[in-house]
Amino acid sequence: MKIFKLIFKNAFRHKLRTFLTILGIAIAVIAFGVLRTVVTAWYVGVEATSANRLITRQAVSFIFPLPYTYRDKIKEVPGVTTVTFATWFQGVYIDKNQFFARFACDAETMFDVYPEFLLSKNELATFKREQNSCIVGRDIAKQYKLKVGDVMPIEGDIYPGKWEFVIRGIYQPRDKTTDATQMLFHWNYINERMKKETPERAGEVGWYVVQIKDPAQAGIISKQIDDLFKNSNAETKTESERAFAQSFLASTSAIITAMNILSFVIIGIILLVLGNTMIMSARERTREYAVMKTIGFTGSHLIGLIMGESLFISIIGGAVGLALTFPLVKGLEQVIPKGVFPIFQIEPITVVLAALSALLIGFLSSLSPIQRALKMQIVEGFRFVG
Amino acid sequence: MPAIIQVQNVSKSYSRDSFEIPVLNNISLDVQDGEFLSLMGPSGSGKTTLLNLIAGIDKPTKGNILVNGEDITLLGESALAKWRASNIGFVFQFYNLIPVLTAYENIELPLMLTHLSKAEKKKHVEAALDVVGLTDRMFHYPKQLSGGQEQRVAIARAIVTDPLILVADEPTGDLDKNSAQEILILLDRLNKEFKKTILMVTHDPHAAEKASNIRQLEKGDLI
Repeated sequence: MKIFKLIFKNAFRHKLRTFLTILGIAIAVIAFGVLRTVVTAWYVGVEATSANRLITRQAVSFIFPLPYTYRDKIKEVPGVTTVTFATWFQGVYIDKNQFFARFACDAETMFDVYPEFLLSKNELATFKREQNSCIVGRDIAKQYKLKVGDVMPIEGDIYPGKWEFVIRGIYQPRDKTTDATQMLFHWNYINERMKKETPERAGEVGWYVVQIKDPAQAGIISKQIDDLFKNSNAETKTESERAFAQSFLASTSAIITAMNILSFVIIGIILLVLGNTMIMSARERTREYAVMKTIGFTGSHLIGLIMGESLFISIIGGAVGLALTFPLVKGLEQVIPKGVFPIFQIEPITVVLAALSALLIGFLSSLSPIQRALKMQIVEGFRFVG
Repeated sequence: MPAIIQVQNVSKSYSRDSFEIPVLNNISLDVQDGEFLSLMGPSGSGKTTLLNLIAGIDKPTKGNILVNGEDITLLGESALAKWRASNIGFVFQFYNLIPVLTAYENIELPLMLTHLSKAEKKKHVEAALDVVGLTDRMFHYPKQLSGGQEQRVAIARAIVTDPLILVADEPTGDLDKNSAQEILILLDRLNKEFKKTILMVTHDPHAAEKASNIRQLEKGDLI
């Protein structure tokens, strides 16, 4: 008989209790995995940013537009290679619940600045040529069963009226973190109509995306751009794309922090559950530990037995939890609208953290019963009435 | 030839709150190799305490205990555990078998501390089972055995490492008359046939009769 056999037999001495403990750990690991996945999904926009892209927006607030005329001035700043721009269009596709990002952009330069949106040459050429065309991401095309040539009707809200866009391309994401849920169309298409219907809103863009040669010069270039428009009606704030993405998250940082804390609170709770199981088990086996000590088992043997059992339970619970987390996250990915979390998948770090947490729980839960077993005098153990 | 067990001026007292409760008072006792000694006395006389001290599972407050020439009162916890593993076989009143292990696995338990091969361990366990006459019940769990059978498994566990001394604390105290008789016959056989030195604590005069020597304890004094 090996010590592992004894650990195994001890672990399943109270089958229901062990099963419930394993279930508890598994549920905690699932909850931990899902919460961490939500948190990482939240940050995916930050992860997808590029170091050689700057964002220039209105200094007061992102919601205020910038003049189109800024584009040429920004282009002149040393170190700038390409300038593109975009405007948040929003609108309603099918109904208000169908949320995904819809941007009016500069068709000529957008895909040069965002090489992670992979588009065939033909698709890009057609898109550039036809002003009422649009490009959609792979995931959106899949979700709404869209194909090239289909017409997407959008009911405008920020830009009122009925709009129709012909799909001329479906872009593929280059990286795992690339958002494949966007819809992009011509800013000119919107602007021409604005000129006719609401001329005061014509010639406005939401923000500029400035591609630079050397990311190390980002600070200097940002200052130079902002200095260009100092004391104007629309002062600018230029920052790295990462900082820009992070500023978006700032408003939800309390929720993310709460989720982060909650994910670790769950680990704490399950630590108490397994700790309680192990303490109960060790207490019930007080006489047995006394017998084993009498036979000649030393402290290190008892440590191996108790910690081994605790780790055994926590590893099974963790493994079951992780095994169930994958299909659950996959299922959630299908249910959650693509526009909410463009990338919703378990990151390797989440798997590592969940596995380490399970091991840590197993280790910590065994400490109290180990201390008790080591401290116990043999004669006291025989007197113990459980 | 010196005695295998030499208890020299041993006293033992326990502290309860602020009180010091004396249990054994300056006890001296010699046990010869191959002797079957029965310690008798009423409850609270200190017989189990004396047995525990000789078996190295408790330490005297005063005095020395020499087993086979080695003063076990000088050994630390870890050394004492190793000493017990190779020198003492313990039989308890309530058998104290591990309920999740079969008879075979319970007997094998002390062998986990040895470096014997699997085949050698099997040989030892089967020999011990043969001595106690439970070869046909080796894969039974304690709950599937009678009290007498459980005690026989406990005896097999105690002898499987071929210890120098067998200590038995009220080994028949929880058994019916027939089972108790079987256990006493078995202990007698271990003493006579296998030359085991046995120390048995009992308050049953009938059980004590099996021993070659009987000593009485009364309020912590050997009389």
